Amino acid sequence: MSFLAGYVQYIGSFGLVLIGLYIVLVKTNLIKVILGINLIDTGVNLFLVSVGYIRMGTAPIFSQAEAAGREMVDPVPQALVLTAIVIGVSVVALALSVAIRLYEHYGTLNLCKIRELKW
Amino acid sequence: MRRALSLIVLLVLAVGLASALRGPSVGAEARRASLIDDDEVNFGRRYNSRAVEETGASNVVASVLVTYRGLDTLGEVTVLFVAATGLAALLHTGRRRRSEREATPASLIVFTGCRFLFPLILLFGAYIFAHGHLTPGGGFQGGAIIASGFLLIYLGCRGRQPESKRLSAVESLAGLAFVLIGLIGLAVGGSFLLNFLPEGSPYALLSAGIIPVVYVFIGFKVGSELGGIVGDLSGAR
Repeated sequence: MSFLAGYVQYIGSFGLVLIGLYIVLVKTNLIKVILGINLIDTGVNLFLVSVGYIRMGTAPIFSQAEAAGREMVDPVPQALVLTAIVIGVSVVALALSVAIRLYEHYGTLNLCKIRELKW
Repeated sequence: MRRALSLIVLLVLAVGLASALRGPSVGAEARRASLIDDDEVNFGRRYNSRAVEETGASNVVASVLVTYRGLDTLGEVTVLFVAATGLAALLHTGRRRRSEREATPASLIVFTGCRFLFPLILLFGAYIFAHGHLTPGGGFQGGAIIASGFLLIYLGCRGRQPESKRLSAVESLAGLAFVLIGLIGLAVGGSFLLNFLPEGSPYALLSAGIIPVVYVFIGFKVGSELGGIVGDLSGAR
């Protein structure tokens, strides 16, 4: 039980990455593949934030009410994950625009038909 | 066949990741347990203990993002700009079919509701990015809220869309202002994006040097950029 309490955020982030990877490997709809990439992105972000987490820590923001109190979590992974979220949004937007053009050209979003694969 | 193969791959990956969890613990928890007790190496604790007196911003994440790692933020804004440009280039080359689609006018209730809510959403976004150095939030979050206001306009009142030329003008001017602030820091103190304005008293709105200024410009830039992306993807521009 203590193992779960200490590692539940890592298990959750790895689970998100694995679910996203499964979607990317198995699904043939291009929109679903892009959503799978987005899930992998979310899992990696969750992992980075939980690396900087301290148990019972607060957000790294000083406010006058509780100036001195509990210990604050690491701010560096949070700032970098903020960067990563914005870049993930732009990657997904670009991928969706490519999907729109592919749909206009081929008339389908099925990856097997677009690449003319057998299976 | 394909499903079975990918399940095997995922199983191997999951076993590998689970075995990584069983080793010596990583992360801030382990660093607190005096694995690394040096402030010059443990940057998180160094920023937490010194950021308020060094930058004057009570939001440590904002001071890391704008002053300590300001160049990263400039790169991030550039990535967003390149993505928006590429998206517009992909969606606008060689087709005019999109304009043939007839836009059904929204009902009066939806139209009035959108027109009523849009300024409030803009105001809330501006509040978020102007107080980025004091409270949770900042330029990117406020910009995302403003872009949600643009999404409401694109969905709700098709007749009153923001002009894409004005959106790109705001975006370019805000990006240029960000670079100019960095260059002023280079001219005044010898390093790019130096915090050259006075720090002021902590917890005041006009404090923390260049952080609120940069966040206001980032808010304008991200808001107009994401609004343009939303408009491109919804086929409105």
